Amino acid sequence: MSITESFRQRTTPQLQLGNRFRSLPRSAKWSLSALLIAAFYLTPYWPQVPVLGWIVNTPGTSFENVLTDQIMMFILVALGLNVVVGFAGLLDLGYVGFYAVGAYTTAVVTSGQFTLPWIAALPLSVIMAMIAGVILGTPTLRLRGDYLAIVTLGFGEIIRITANNSDWLGGPRGISKVPHPPSIGPLKFGVLNAKPYWYLGFTVILIVIFVLTRLEKSRVGRAWAAVREDEDAAELMGVDTFKFKLWAFAIGAAIGGLAGSLYASKVGFINPDNFQLQLSILFLAAVVLGGTGSMYGVIMGGFLVAWIPERFRGFSTRRYFVFGVVLVLVMVFRPQGIIPRRGAAAGIAQKGESDV
Amino acid sequence: MIYRTFWDLTVSGVVLGLIYALVALGYTMVYGVLRLINFAHSEIFMVGTFGVLISLTKVFGISLFDDGQYPYRSGFTLVAILVASTIAAMVVSGAGAVVLERTAYRPLRGAGDAYGAVVLAFLTGLVASFLFSDHMMTNLAISAIITGPVSVLYVRIFRRGRQAPRLAFLISAIGSSMAMAEAVATWGPDQRSVYKTPRVLEKKVLFNFLGADVRIDYVIVAIGAILMMTSLLLFVNRTRLGRGIRAVAQDAETARILGVNVNSVILVTFLLGGAMAGGAAMMFTLVYDQTRFNIGFLLGVKSFTAAVLGGIGNIKGALLGGIVLGLAENYGSSIFGGQWKDVIAFVVLLTVLMFRPTGILGESLGKARV
Amino acid sequence: MSEVLLSVDQVTMQFGGVTALDNVSLHINKGEIFGLIGPNGAGKTTCFNVITGVYAPTSGTVTFDNKSLLGLKRFQITKRGIARTFQNIRLFPDMSAVENVMVGVDAHSKTSVVGAILGIPRSRREETESRERAHELLKFIGIEEYAEVAARNLPYGHQRRLEIARALGTNPQLLCLDEPAAGFNPAEKQELNELILNIRDQGYTVLLIEHDMNVVMKISDRIAVLDFGRKIAEGLPQEIRDNPDVIAAYLGVPDDAA
Repeated sequence: MSITESFRQRTTPQLQLGNRFRSLPRSAKWSLSALLIAAFYLTPYWPQVPVLGWIVNTPGTSFENVLTDQIMMFILVALGLNVVVGFAGLLDLGYVGFYAVGAYTTAVVTSGQFTLPWIAALPLSVIMAMIAGVILGTPTLRLRGDYLAIVTLGFGEIIRITANNSDWLGGPRGISKVPHPPSIGPLKFGVLNAKPYWYLGFTVILIVIFVLTRLEKSRVGRAWAAVREDEDAAELMGVDTFKFKLWAFAIGAAIGGLAGSLYASKVGFINPDNFQLQLSILFLAAVVLGGTGSMYGVIMGGFLVAWIPERFRGFSTRRYFVFGVVLVLVMVFRPQGIIPRRGAAAGIAQKGESDV
Repeated sequence: MIYRTFWDLTVSGVVLGLIYALVALGYTMVYGVLRLINFAHSEIFMVGTFGVLISLTKVFGISLFDDGQYPYRSGFTLVAILVASTIAAMVVSGAGAVVLERTAYRPLRGAGDAYGAVVLAFLTGLVASFLFSDHMMTNLAISAIITGPVSVLYVRIFRRGRQAPRLAFLISAIGSSMAMAEAVATWGPDQRSVYKTPRVLEKKVLFNFLGADVRIDYVIVAIGAILMMTSLLLFVNRTRLGRGIRAVAQDAETARILGVNVNSVILVTFLLGGAMAGGAAMMFTLVYDQTRFNIGFLLGVKSFTAAVLGGIGNIKGALLGGIVLGLAENYGSSIFGGQWKDVIAFVVLLTVLMFRPTGILGESLGKARV
Repeated sequence: MSEVLLSVDQVTMQFGGVTALDNVSLHINKGEIFGLIGPNGAGKTTCFNVITGVYAPTSGTVTFDNKSLLGLKRFQITKRGIARTFQNIRLFPDMSAVENVMVGVDAHSKTSVVGAILGIPRSRREETESRERAHELLKFIGIEEYAEVAARNLPYGHQRRLEIARALGTNPQLLCLDEPAAGFNPAEKQELNELILNIRDQGYTVLLIEHDMNVVMKISDRIAVLDFGRKIAEGLPQEIRDNPDVIAAYLGVPDDAA
């Protein structure tokens, strides 16, 4: 791939790593990837590994619960929000809305009087979230960047408040007794053992990564990048900017709904307080912290945002103060994120809007 | 009966709207000059309310109740207390805004300086000290020691001076907001509970307007807000520094070339916005007699909505947007029920933006019409 | 008999109180190089913007290939066959040169989002073809070795050419160049002249805004002159050169002759 060579022109350490990976012969790449994937499937066992375990383990709570209650969801959400914010450059401050739609759809549909099996509830949740994305995007994507931010923020709040005020959605008390997924082969999704949830969740993450990589390297990814870098010029080069922005919204929403659905099935009960505005903000922080537009960056970001407060539970009530300060420090000293996307390595700002 | 309620709602809606408007000014001015949504402005407001609290309870020594009665004051004492507390709030909020700008935003513009470096170094030290100890004294000691050398390091890094992408500013704002709110929540005496503020003003009904009782605190808020906004408008339109603000809002590069000290302008913008928020903080405590570590959040979101509603960057727009929002919330709550109150703001915003994408009075990013 | 490709009919463009274009009419024939000149502020870029759909004219019509362009979205106009470059370069800064051109080529891609996800054969094929075409175009304008370099890192002259390549990627019938020679030295301008003539010889029609008379006079087949939003002259280069109104517009009229 000749793109590889362009990477070689930039020499930050992460990209050197990426370069070296890409320049490996095919068989080596496959073996290394397989090894890494296997290692990540075994993440619930990491606390038992000598040095790694001490670094990673969360005192006070079971690591595998943190992994499957929060980290897994944050990674998925970060991937989905990254499509909207990172790929297409649309500022979405209400992503929690899609997460909520997915969670509530699954909850309502699997625990009410007429129920669907989980295997149908999951795709239904994704579709509902996608529809929400299209409904939100259609009137609002014509608005300029920062206006979109406040409108999406409103959307997230509208979803939460509607859930709070609607009895059929459980009102303030929410929906409890959401059933866990049925057994898939030897994997039993019970209450005690969280590992099967991780195997399921990580598989989902892998599929999402696969789909997004396909998209990123296609004309769709290029169109998104063009819209992000200079929307007016993109439109004049034949890019149907509205259509692609809407698709970014829809795909991002779908992934958010997927994460929400898994959340509901794992945790078993949901209520409007789970979907507050602060969560949207944490989601965005995960993406920016990890590296807007970079898939592996945002995975790292999602992991960190979910993991740090748990790892440093020792800080007790000061956790979120520390988190806030850390956010500021990272932005001051490394605004491009931990694993920046290609082209943003130097942390240089994007071109603004101007008259043609 | 309904007629009476309508004017009641209108009067209290306008008062609420004026508070929104004052806070919205901070958002709108900073956005006009920096194109930044200052997420932490809500906490600037919040610390202002605590400024009022401290002024009332510590400086004037007023307690919540005097023998089971409200500690009403009157005449000259009352005026002195109110004025002093307003000034306290404005100073606290203004100072907070200035520190915020220097610490969380200026470095991202590539213009980081020593003051920001010191604050960041102190915070780094503080956070690092948490790894080792829980005692506040130890934490502060460690931070004090670390601040020196680390700030030197930070200043050196700041010299590289690169402009960060816009999203980084937003996340820095979010982090600052979180840090400020959590600092108050963690180290304030009552932590996360509601702090009641002493009610020094007896909320007499001054007169009756078409069936609605107009209390004295409403009148004070209205007069105060109008005074503050008029002063701000005069400042921005008539003074040299105000001209600088408008110039930078239009085209920072050109302004810089023409000799405008852009960094000063930005600082003054934050200071003014903070002062306005401080005024709003005083009014808020006057009307609601309480505060909390997180009151900034929802009010901030709504105030920003008001700013966008009226036309972002437009000072008169902030006033209009605030009032429209206050009224809409009151009317909407009575029609749809109080539980939908917070949604109304966004529904109104969405509707307006559909038909006037740049807000009611239109954007005014630096145009002479402010 | 030449065929009219683009026809601008009595187009007026008003912004608030300012009339940027006043009843302007002109037509461009297929296969020609048409120059649009005039002093600064005459309305040349506004005219471009009306043609490419950035502005909707206050009155008047624009007809391309016998079909009206009114009401079409900008990307639709590009798909119909009009492409442009910009006065101040607007490349996609963090994308490589070849990616920039590929965005242009993608204008006619039929791959959908779903198709891309599934990786259907057509999607893969179009991807390869798009990349090949982009490389061809880069070679044509002479910067193929820079294919993988980020656009922001290219030297100025290469950036200007890249913009042209990107516009050509959309497979236009009419290529609009907005001051392509800005900032070039005489040697570079000569190269640019040859490039534009080359482009015309490949079958494209070119609409050119340019200040440098050497460039415009040398390569244009016909020229129109705008001043204060009005067309004050149109014709062959020699006619324009000797036209007193044109000279007056550029140089001003001496006091005693006023």
